[in-house]
Amino acid sequence: MERQIEAPISKEQVKELRAGDYVYITGTIYTARDAAHKRMYEAMQKGEEIPLDLKDNIIYYLGPTPAREGQVIGSAGPTTSSRMDKYAPLLMQRGLSGMIGKGKRSPEVLSAIRENTCVYLAAVGGAGALLSKCIQEAEVIAYEDLGTEAIRRLRVENLPAIVIADCEGGNLYETAVADYLNAHNNE
Amino acid sequence: MRTIYANEIIDTLKEMCIEANLQLSADMVDRIHGAAETEDSELGAKILSQLCDNMEIAKREQIPICQDTGMAIVFVRLGQDVHVEGNLTEAINEGVRQGYTEGYLRKSVVKDPLLRENTKDNTPAIIHYDIVPGDRLELLIAPKGFGSENMSKLYMLKPADGVEGVKDAVIRTVKEAGPNACPPMVVGVGLGGDFEKSAILAKTALTRNTNEHSALPHIAALEEELLDELNQLGIGPGGLGGRTTVLAVNIETYPTHIAGLPVAVNICCHVNRHVKRVL
Repeated sequence: MERQIEAPISKEQVKELRAGDYVYITGTIYTARDAAHKRMYEAMQKGEEIPLDLKDNIIYYLGPTPAREGQVIGSAGPTTSSRMDKYAPLLMQRGLSGMIGKGKRSPEVLSAIRENTCVYLAAVGGAGALLSKCIQEAEVIAYEDLGTEAIRRLRVENLPAIVIADCEGGNLYETAVADYLNAHNNE
Repeated sequence: MRTIYANEIIDTLKEMCIEANLQLSADMVDRIHGAAETEDSELGAKILSQLCDNMEIAKREQIPICQDTGMAIVFVRLGQDVHVEGNLTEAINEGVRQGYTEGYLRKSVVKDPLLRENTKDNTPAIIHYDIVPGDRLELLIAPKGFGSENMSKLYMLKPADGVEGVKDAVIRTVKEAGPNACPPMVVGVGLGGDFEKSAILAKTALTRNTNEHSALPHIAALEEELLDELNQLGIGPGGLGGRTTVLAVNIETYPTHIAGLPVAVNICCHVNRHVKRVL
């Protein structure tokens, strides 16, 4: 079903989401990809503070292109999530509620999604120009030296995404292809 | 002997980097539009129509089609009667540097694979040189994103594995790539040569116009067969089910050793970018 969701996202709202839902996200989300994850993970392991409060927040796995004059952000589509699999469970334990990326997740991430009441969403890969139009504000808040991999706070409006993995163990990547083939082989 | 100046190469490559990231070739645009019309999964059709909108916005507003503006892969065919005034490799890298900086493209290259410090200008490019007869310089740039590059594979098959082994290798690779490689994909296959030759052939195959089949009849038939079989996997746009898993299969071949059958499968997403210019 289609849903509007607000970010940050409460655990109550996370519980309502089901694999296959088509959602439009409005509110504040954060970007982080490989290098920022590594740095946050290492800081947390050393017991140090990280530059954002993870509680109820959504991280978008994104490294945008630079904005031209007059643009909020450049091209802004999702990167492959599996590279963040090593780091994601710890972030979820620390309060992270949602992740936006593309592609399959590890069994460890999927079980952390269930255990910590989180949601994994996919945005359309390779549609960075289209998705950039949903971003109203973008500001680097940490790790500026990482360039495109810095952590950015984004204000988004109706950012479209699809629920891939829900907190009840639903996983659209495991069912969608079989469902399609079943439906079309029976025609 | 014809002289080509380094500055001309720099300016040309700079423009090529920017053009490649803002607009796909006509054959790729047609294939994506065609798939949007024939996709029979509702969600799949919606995703394909978003990809069509995305290409429009990219062109109109000069926003790169994809945020992964790639590593710059440059194929050079240098006529042996050309004299380059200046340093050719440096000119290519300078063109890439200027293109990625002035074109608002992402700098996605790290200096060392383990230390991972960004070079901040997307250099160096990966350059493949070929010396050919004549007095012209052909430059082809293919900015390659790594979501799909990471899902590419190389198999050293046995001659006895034959065409079935080749098909299995390609199908297995596409299945494993699944949603990670941003389907619908373009599949470049390098068949023959040795370990590294097959990989270069696979990348070259991605740069070929998708409307042109191999000139070898048995390879052209294999391209057709694989395209058909891959699109029966049901992976679909975004990996969420559908008939459009692969937009094209291009195969390039080279003679090989009596003991070998190398098969490289280079996966590209639907943002299969390449621009060619001849100086």
